[in-house]
Amino acid sequence: MSDSALLSTLKAAYADYIVTGADTNDGFPCLEIQHDNIATFCAELKQDSTLQFDFLSDICGVDYYPQAPRFEVVYHIYSIPFKYRLRLKCKLAEGESIPTVTSVWNTANWHEREAFDMYGIVFSGHPDLRRIYLWDGFEGYPQRKDFPLRGYRDEYNPFGEEPPATATDQGKNDDEGWSR
Amino acid sequence: MTEMIPLDSSNEGETLTNEVLLNLGPQHPSSHGVLRLLMQMEGERITNMDVIIGYLHRGTEKLCESFTYTQIIPLTDRLDYLCQPSNNLAYVLAVEKLLDVEAPERAQYIRVMMAELSRISGHLLISGALPMDLGAMTTLLYVMREREMIMDLLEMATGARMHSSYCRVGGIREDLPTGFTERMHEFCHIFRQRIVDYETLVEKNRIFLKRTKDVGVITAAEAIDWGLSGPCLRASGVDWDIRRDNPYEIYDRLQFEVIVREGGDCYDRWKCRMDEMRESVTIIEQCLALMPRDGPVIVDIPQIAFPGDKEEVQTSMESLIHQFQLSAYGFKVPAGETYVSIEAPKGELGFYIISDGTEKPFRVGIRAPSFVNLQILLPIAKRCYLADVIAIVGSLDPVMKEVDK
Repeated sequence: MSDSALLSTLKAAYADYIVTGADTNDGFPCLEIQHDNIATFCAELKQDSTLQFDFLSDICGVDYYPQAPRFEVVYHIYSIPFKYRLRLKCKLAEGESIPTVTSVWNTANWHEREAFDMYGIVFSGHPDLRRIYLWDGFEGYPQRKDFPLRGYRDEYNPFGEEPPATATDQGKNDDEGWSR
Repeated sequence: MTEMIPLDSSNEGETLTNEVLLNLGPQHPSSHGVLRLLMQMEGERITNMDVIIGYLHRGTEKLCESFTYTQIIPLTDRLDYLCQPSNNLAYVLAVEKLLDVEAPERAQYIRVMMAELSRISGHLLISGALPMDLGAMTTLLYVMREREMIMDLLEMATGARMHSSYCRVGGIREDLPTGFTERMHEFCHIFRQRIVDYETLVEKNRIFLKRTKDVGVITAAEAIDWGLSGPCLRASGVDWDIRRDNPYEIYDRLQFEVIVREGGDCYDRWKCRMDEMRESVTIIEQCLALMPRDGPVIVDIPQIAFPGDKEEVQTSMESLIHQFQLSAYGFKVPAGETYVSIEAPKGELGFYIISDGTEKPFRVGIRAPSFVNLQILLPIAKRCYLADVIAIVGSLDPVMKEVDK
C-alpha cells in the first residue's frame, strides 16, 4: 500500500476521529486528530490487523506561541510488519490536557514526560508524570517560545534575562539558605 | 545500615532483611557516563527502581532553534559522540529532504562509508566495555587499539578525531585525501582478523558467559512495546533494520545481512553487535569498490553550499561576499516539516524538523535511540539481582550524552 492509499484507507475507516488529512510537502502521511480521541485512535491503529502500527517512534511537543491553539503534540508511528509510517498531530490550547498513550505503547512514558518537562503539556492518565531532565523545583518550561534562551537571571545564572515579577517572588524562599 | 533479622524456624522462607534504598551513580564506572539509578532492594533482589537522567542536559533542541541550519551540524556531533558521522548524516538528510536536494553519488558513498566506520567505532567500544564492567579489563585495552585506527582514519579525512562535523547539507565538507582508500582497505583487512580475537577472548570466558547468558531477557513483544531499536531489538528476534526496510542514501545497492538473534539476553545483544561489525566491514569494502572514482562531493547549488573550488572565492569579490553571507547568515529553507530516521549504531535516530521559511529551524525534535532504549531498564530490572543491572546497562549501550540531549 502506498502512502496515498494508506491515507485514503485511514480516512475512510476512521472518519470520526480525523479532523483533516494534513498535506505535508515531504510526502509523509499525516493526519490531524481531535486530542480527546488520540488514545482510542492509537489503540485501534495498533489492533487493526491490516495496519498494525505497533511501534511508536517519537512524541514531540511543539509550541506555536503566540498562535492559538498554542501547542501541538506530534506522534510518529511505524508498523514493523507492513513498514508504514504515519504522523499524527493534535492541537492543544494552553491549560488543556491530552490523554496519554502509555496504555497503547509503554515507550510513550518517557516521551510524554519529556514533553511535559519542556512544554508543560499535561498528559492525563499518565502513570508517572514528573520532570525528566530538569530537577523537581525548576520553574517554567524551557522549550516554550516565550522562555528566554539563556533562562532567567538568578544567583546561579548571572547572564539570564530579567525575570518577570511573579517568578522572582516565588523563587526567593528556596534560595535564601544558599546566599552568601 | 540494614538490620538483620535472626533466622529461626518461625520466619523460614521469608525475607531476612529489611528493604534498603541503594543509590548507584551518577558518578560510577559502570554507569557509562552520568546515569543515576535509585534501587529499592530486598537483599540482592531489586523490587523497585527509578532511573534518574538529565545530568548532561544541554537543551540541544532549544539551542537548534537559535542556530542556522549549518551551525546545527556540530551540535549533532555531540549527541552520540562515539558515532558522529551517523548523527550528522541523519540531520543533513532531514534538511536535504526539506530543501528537496540530493547529494552527489560520490558524497553519498563516502557518507555511508563514514557512517559504517562510526558504527564499528561505537560497537567496538561497548563490546570492550561490557566485559570490563563484568571484570575483564583486557578486552577494553585491545578494542582501544583498533579504535585508534578508526580515529586515525577519521582524522585523515575530516581533520578531527572526535567531533568531525564531516557532512554538509548537500554533500560532505571535502573529498577524501590521497592514500585514504589504501588505509581503509588495510584497516578492513586487519579488523576482520581482530574480531575473531575478541570473540575468542570473551566468548570462551566462563565468567562472562555466566553473567550474561539468560540475564536481562527481553521478549520480542516487550522490545517493540518499549520502543527498542537497533541491535537491542534485533537481539530479541525482531527483524527490522531501516537500512534494508526504508533504504536511504545508497544502501539499496549494497549487499549485507541483517543480524537477528533469538535469545534477547545480554549475551545476544553483545553478540549481535559483534556480528554487525563484520557486516559493516563488508559494507565499507563494497563502498570502496562501487564508489565513483571522482566527481563532485557537494551539490552545485550556490544558495546552500560553498563552492567545491575555493579558487574563485579568493579571486572574485562577489564570490567572497557570497561566501561570507552564506557562512554568517545561512540559507533559507522552504516552510514545511519532515521526519527522517536512519539506522544509527544505537538504533533509530530520527530528526523531526519544522521550518518556517527562515534561516533557522522553528523546531528540531530529536529521537535519540539511547534515550528510548534506556527506558526498558525499569521493567527488566524489577526481576533481577543488583549485579545483573550492571550487565544489563552495559548491554543496552546507552551513551548518556545522547540520552540527555
